[in-house]
Amino acid sequence: MDNLTWTGSLGTLLNPALLLAAGLFAIAIVLQILTSLVVEPYRAQTLPDGRLSRRGGAIGLIERAPQYLLWALILIVLGYLVGGMIAPYGKAGIIGAISKQLTPVWLALLATYVVSIRYKRRLGLYGKLFDSTVGMIGFGIVMFWVYTAFFSSVGGMIATHDPLSQVSGLKNKLPGTAVPNATDFAMGAHYLLGGDNLARDVFSRMVLGSWEVVKIAPLATMFAFMVGITLGVPAGYYGGKLDTVLSFLANLILAFPVILLFYLLVTPEIVMTGIPSYMAAVLFVFPVLFALVLLNARFRTDPTKRNLIVGVVIGAMAWAYLSLISQPGTVMAFLPAALDLYNIPPGILVVFVSVVFVNSPTVFRIVRGLTLDLSTRDYVAAAQTRGEGPWYIMLWEILPNARGPLIVDFCLRIGYTTILLGTLGFFGLGLPPESPDWGSTINEGRKLLSIYPHPALPPALALLSLVLGLNLLADGLREESLRD
Amino acid sequence: MGLFVLRRVGVMILTALCLTFVVFYLTNLDPNLEKLAKTQGNARMSDEQVQTWLSNRGYDRPDYIKYGEWLGVLPGYVIEGADGDIRGRCLRAGVTAEDAPRFCGILQGDWGFSTVFKEDVSKIVMIRLSQTAKLMGMVMLVMVPSALIIGVLAGMREGSRLDRTLSTASIVTTATPEYVSGVLFITIFASSAVGLKWFNGSATSAMENMTFVNFTLPVMTVALYGMGYIARMTRASMTEVMTAQYIRTARLKGVSFRNIVIKHALRNALIAPFTVIMLQFPWLLNGVVIVETLFNFKGFGWTLVQAAGNNDIEMLLGVSVVSVFVVLTTQLISDIGYVFLNPRIRIS
Repeated sequence: MDNLTWTGSLGTLLNPALLLAAGLFAIAIVLQILTSLVVEPYRAQTLPDGRLSRRGGAIGLIERAPQYLLWALILIVLGYLVGGMIAPYGKAGIIGAISKQLTPVWLALLATYVVSIRYKRRLGLYGKLFDSTVGMIGFGIVMFWVYTAFFSSVGGMIATHDPLSQVSGLKNKLPGTAVPNATDFAMGAHYLLGGDNLARDVFSRMVLGSWEVVKIAPLATMFAFMVGITLGVPAGYYGGKLDTVLSFLANLILAFPVILLFYLLVTPEIVMTGIPSYMAAVLFVFPVLFALVLLNARFRTDPTKRNLIVGVVIGAMAWAYLSLISQPGTVMAFLPAALDLYNIPPGILVVFVSVVFVNSPTVFRIVRGLTLDLSTRDYVAAAQTRGEGPWYIMLWEILPNARGPLIVDFCLRIGYTTILLGTLGFFGLGLPPESPDWGSTINEGRKLLSIYPHPALPPALALLSLVLGLNLLADGLREESLRD
Repeated sequence: MGLFVLRRVGVMILTALCLTFVVFYLTNLDPNLEKLAKTQGNARMSDEQVQTWLSNRGYDRPDYIKYGEWLGVLPGYVIEGADGDIRGRCLRAGVTAEDAPRFCGILQGDWGFSTVFKEDVSKIVMIRLSQTAKLMGMVMLVMVPSALIIGVLAGMREGSRLDRTLSTASIVTTATPEYVSGVLFITIFASSAVGLKWFNGSATSAMENMTFVNFTLPVMTVALYGMGYIARMTRASMTEVMTAQYIRTARLKGVSFRNIVIKHALRNALIAPFTVIMLQFPWLLNGVVIVETLFNFKGFGWTLVQAAGNNDIEMLLGVSVVSVFVVLTTQLISDIGYVFLNPRIRIS
């Protein structure tokens, strides 16, 4: 059984082309920046036939060359990926095999883009995202990881091996090493990105690690937003003592060095005392409170309808809340097992709580600032004159108008939460040590980093790309929401 | 102005008290004390023995009294233990109960004794802090000027190719946490398998002898993450200033672009980044902990990890006092500095 090379037979044609295009691209970018320092920017004129003019000559060529070369680069990379998808296993090397494994992700991405671009005018802010190149790239990267996480964990597709099973003889082996007793060229015949210190498959662990992030980060960010909004809007709207006290508390948490807080909160001893469970009980009640106030403010004028809607929604949420915080074996074990909908592993709960706890003061400050600004607007005065209650004004007049900056910050904050989760994993806090999440994998890989860099690099690059994608997405959203 | 500073200092002291109390409470929880008793006394102690051990040393009293003693506002305990020995907070070997001072807490300069390093906490904190000061100083020296230059260059012509290239670069650096950039740097520059082998992957030798080879990677790793953020803030501030009326006036008068940027725009554009740089200190502290762990540089962050990992209560308290102090002081400086730098507030 042969080991795989990086690009296989595709590489004979594509590798030199890639090198050439990348080199030229780098040169072109440098040239362009240098000329832009010397030459005045060109102002395009509208020609009589309606087209725009462009600069000709050598300078014009220098200005446009990076664009052409970038397209060439993209085409070559696409060549690797599509080639790998079509060619039989093993012919297109490691990259081809990975691309083949990721086929469902590529198809899902393609479908998402085709549908979204086709109907982008009817999709509001989401549709506008597809007018901005940066936003599209960011969205693409984020969705790539979301689909990868989904297909690999729920669908059980992408990973080639079990993330915990060890194959003897593959300890610290380089990418593309064949599994000893595999007989034919098929999926699972190689460790595509090599083996780690415990002879587990790096590729499968990286792919399944994305699920750990995708499952925790957005949800934790959402809870942080619920806490921040529920406290921040009244603080900004009422001001006074309430604002002083809440801002003091928020600054208190913000002055805490994050890592010290993690070390104090996420230890087995603290978990034993039940402090995380109490914190969970406090932090997770905010979404219920928020929904209660939101619906009550809206339907206050029609008591029968209000009672029905509030009763049903809050009943369901309260049940979910109670089963969330009730855990057998901890201080909070009050719900009988028949009524307990689900149990979260205690490790995950601690991580979740501490991440929400660290994030919510920042959200509070942002929401408070926005509310301070928005409550001086005319529509707020108009609502006050109409005799609307304060909570209606806060949640149905002010909050919807603050959504632009909040959505942008939401994206950035998911990225930040991802970094925090990685930090926790890096210090071996909270998550179980064999967990495939990226932080823990980097932590394990770093011990032999200078001899075997390949186990630590894939999770590091994966984390980098996901956070980068979220930042680009936020940038695109900001650009598009400022435009109208 | 004086009243403003006084109020800020008051809030700062209140915050510091609250934070240290939280740390004190969390480190003095029962399971932590039990672990302490078992590591210091005997790993196979029974529950009663643990209880006696703790009560002999005054650990079983209410938290606020212990906190007051630790702070140095309440007199230290003197307890005659169940085994007949007299133990006191202020009693050390060779000091009799009569000679010992009554108060011995943080305020008196007694930071306690580290159970891991077997040394006075204040001494270790000083040694480790001086190591980290070296790292922080180099980071600031690299990060601040380059971030400001990148931000100003990007912000002076909004939307130009230079702006877009530099902005993309800063987004990439803000998306790269230290444990990712550190791993990448070590692989590229230090790995013996594939790397260029320009620098050392470990900074242990930099503690005595700081050289370009062993200190570049840790400094770059910390600097990179903060750099993108400061550069973006500077760029935002710069683009705002460049659209101001007085810049247009200067252009219309025929001042050259270079003079506009250097003489008219730069000073006003650097007010906002000052606050940002000051507020970066808490984040730098995080970065320092990660980088010192990754590069095995035994500084302040490394001490934090050791103290927290080994249940070294007094050490952990000392470390948190220092870090809370650093964070709050930089916040204070940033507040006062902003008022001082901004001519609109300063003159009115």
